[in-house]
Amino acid sequence: MTYEAVIGIETHVELGTRSKMFCRCPVDFGAEPNTNVCPVCLGLPGALPVPNRQAIEWTIALGSALGATIATNSVFHRKNYFYADLPKNYQISQYDVPLCVGGHLDVDVDGTTARVGITRVHLEEDTGKSSHLGGDGRIHGAEAVRIDFNRSGIPLMEVVTEPDIRSPEVARAYAQELQSMVIALGVSDARLEEGSMRFDANVSLRPHGTETLGTKVEVKNMNSMRSLHRALSYEIDRQTKLLDSGGTIAQETRHWDEANGRTDPGRSKEESSDYRYFQEPDLLPLEIPDEMIDALVGALPELPAARRDRLTELGVDPASAQTIVSGDLIGLLDDAVAAGADPRAAGNWLAGEVTAHLNRHGGDPMSLHLDGPGLAELCGMVAAAELSATAAKEVLAGVLAGEGPPRAVAEARDLMQVSDEGALGAVVEAVLAEHAAEVARLRDGEERLVGFLVGKVMAASGGKADPALASELIRRLAGS
Amino acid sequence: MTDPADLTIAEAGALLRAGDLTAVDLLDAVRRRASMTEAILHGYLTIDHAGASEVAAEADAALARGEDRGPLHGIPLALKDNMVTRGVETTAASRILAGWVPPYDATVVQRLRAAGAVIYGKTNLDEFAMGSSTENSAYGTSRNPWDPDRVPGGSSGGSAAAVAVGSAFGALGSDTGGSIRQPAALCGVVGMKPTYGLVSRYGLIAFASSLDQIGPFGRTVEDAAMLFEAITGHDPFDATSSPGPVPAVRASLDGGVDGLRIGVLSELASEGVEPSVASAFQDTLERLGAAGAIIEEVSLPTTKHALSAYYLIAPAECSANLARFDGVRYGPRIDGPNVEQMMAATRRDGFGPEVTRRILLGTYALSAGYYDAFYGQAQRVRTLVVREFAAAYERFDALVTPTSPTTAFPVGSRADDPLAMYVSDVCTIPSNLSGDPAISVPVGLDEAGLPIGFQVLGPALRDDTVFRVARAVESLVGFEARPALATSEGAA
Repeated sequence: MTYEAVIGIETHVELGTRSKMFCRCPVDFGAEPNTNVCPVCLGLPGALPVPNRQAIEWTIALGSALGATIATNSVFHRKNYFYADLPKNYQISQYDVPLCVGGHLDVDVDGTTARVGITRVHLEEDTGKSSHLGGDGRIHGAEAVRIDFNRSGIPLMEVVTEPDIRSPEVARAYAQELQSMVIALGVSDARLEEGSMRFDANVSLRPHGTETLGTKVEVKNMNSMRSLHRALSYEIDRQTKLLDSGGTIAQETRHWDEANGRTDPGRSKEESSDYRYFQEPDLLPLEIPDEMIDALVGALPELPAARRDRLTELGVDPASAQTIVSGDLIGLLDDAVAAGADPRAAGNWLAGEVTAHLNRHGGDPMSLHLDGPGLAELCGMVAAAELSATAAKEVLAGVLAGEGPPRAVAEARDLMQVSDEGALGAVVEAVLAEHAAEVARLRDGEERLVGFLVGKVMAASGGKADPALASELIRRLAGS
Repeated sequence: MTDPADLTIAEAGALLRAGDLTAVDLLDAVRRRASMTEAILHGYLTIDHAGASEVAAEADAALARGEDRGPLHGIPLALKDNMVTRGVETTAASRILAGWVPPYDATVVQRLRAAGAVIYGKTNLDEFAMGSSTENSAYGTSRNPWDPDRVPGGSSGGSAAAVAVGSAFGALGSDTGGSIRQPAALCGVVGMKPTYGLVSRYGLIAFASSLDQIGPFGRTVEDAAMLFEAITGHDPFDATSSPGPVPAVRASLDGGVDGLRIGVLSELASEGVEPSVASAFQDTLERLGAAGAIIEEVSLPTTKHALSAYYLIAPAECSANLARFDGVRYGPRIDGPNVEQMMAATRRDGFGPEVTRRILLGTYALSAGYYDAFYGQAQRVRTLVVREFAAAYERFDALVTPTSPTTAFPVGSRADDPLAMYVSDVCTIPSNLSGDPAISVPVGLDEAGLPIGFQVLGPALRDDTVFRVARAVESLVGFEARPALATSEGAA
């Protein structure tokens, strides 16, 4: 039988606010364990939460960008469960009155647009982080548990989709688009590897053409876009085989094992069934005035889809536009264009060499040694034939390594293309003198020898000759 | 000369400023009184001798320099042991917090310190403030200074007893269902629950967050008013803290009751009320009437359901509030083969029977399938209570009831009957549900010589009215009796 996959995605985004969700501790990912803690985020007796206004505004901003309806009165609830890294043994979260309800995100896969419905966007607090020493590394059988509460209380935005996704490809495109959105809004660095953006997926299968939903499996622990795609493909395959062999799907949570390329069963659902939600009595209902929503909507930056459209209209290659927007490089591109760069050329550099550099070395676009005027200078030098394509790559590598602006790097590394007729003419004359036989054959009409001679000129100039000019000089001086 | 331990805060302050007494003298007087009475009363769980001595000496030095921090400057006070004090053990009378020394001060503690007060010690309570007698303390029952065979009331029984006997000039308690007013009534002192939100709860170990309110005990209404003014005011660390201005209560204290419309809550002023209490209540009403108050009966039918609603809402909130006591981060830990079993063993060992009962009740009331019938229904009753009170306050400036239907009961007499104990709070619970201010003021003694309390309730943020009526009652009744234990002969 053929099946249709039904996928919904829950995304947790750690917001990059200055302080935590309910206390004044800093949000700082590199700190020593248990140094960014206070009575509130440690759940000490007597401590009380005070909500972070910035986190609320950012959640409303994302909701607005997704076309959600913003609640004018939103409520925090307590979600009760015992876990060692949850200091109060309840999580302050949202239940039936989240900040944002509804909305959608359109994604393009292979030229087709898929609309993914958004169920809700809500705000909650993150837990601490446990590490289990001894045993199998899980909480059962561990000899000791160490808990770092630095993460406890960091604002966590949860974005839940409708079960609208039908393929791992759409799932990945949705995840990428949401990441671009979060980056465009500047509310999180949205790094999957570091856990500041985390995806859980609910996957079920049903026979094609039917409407009833099958038993869903929750898949967790996917730490990259690639593993999201792999895990969903694996899980669809696993469920297909199980159903085809007459088996039934168990409702459970499964963990993606990246190294072995499979999902394994984790905590079963019955252990965590009743969270006994009730309204958080330590917090008043949030009143969101219309003026606040209007102000946030008015301040929304250009969103990813609009950014991509604008870049393509400027002449940037569509694939490059996608990479630039999701890589948060649009600021650099805009600066370069403002400084006179050709958009397409600048876009190619950013989507190519610069993205590759960031992927290799990590770090964020803000920390690059390249700025808009620098990129414009590089593009200008290539356009003016001062740099060959090969030399330009080398110059950019030098710029990114912090050696200085392009012209300075090109000069320091002696990569400036020789485009001066006088200087190049001497080189060409010498080459022609050395290859008199070939010059004679060229005069007799053997055109392909121009290429041969250009190669010799390039070699003689140490790669710095402008090939077009060299070719022209060869023809002129050879009198062909 | 009067033993300084028997002075009111106002009197002690005057002598302090006149140079007739020092803060160190006041502290010494409280120490002597405590050493005479504590073996019987057990009002205190922890006494901070070193800290109090240091602050008292500093208070004297400050006054000598001309620095006067206000009416509480140099005055020894007691705190119910569910308010956290930096560096001083705080247990909420529970084994699960045995030995816990908080790293921070509650907002009220910071405010008292800023007002120059000397915090003498931490008083006994029912474990986590759950109870009406202090019999639920894990560290022994406090006794009533008027009759040590009887309870002081609760849950703030230690604070009430200490103020009554003079081992503190004033104290703070917390009131979730009457836990300030009922022990105040049973110990013959003034106890006041401010409007919800006027006093920060930051650093109060939560029992039921939407009901808990810190408030003062004093031997006089004026003393309680001084404490009220020191601890109220907006706190950015408590999101439920009221942002608006706090009513000034001392300025209008002696405004009298002439022309005030006072409603007698018929449902709470009759049924189950002991004759001696009813008679003292009637007598007080007559005096108020003679002083010009317009007294009328008023019926608030939903207050009959307030007790049931309270015993769902408070346990539900407590079931979550007390979840953090798990042996992971603080308090004693009972080890187990894994984290879950460690937590379970720690909690089983650490919580007493009443606390366990309320956690179970609350967990049940919030469970899937039961939420609407129990917690949801209780919240609807709460809404009705709020509305009924609001409607009553359109016709009345204040409402009155006896504080407790009975005077102090013998130790052990209700300990095995939770429902009988819960009924102790029938008159006090409605104003916790409505969030309105209320005060208990002593108005007499029964035949056994036990004090009787008179309760004044007012609309939200009219704490000034509540104080003003209580002050009028105090002066009209002229209650001046002191417990036998408060004199050296009594303690001997």
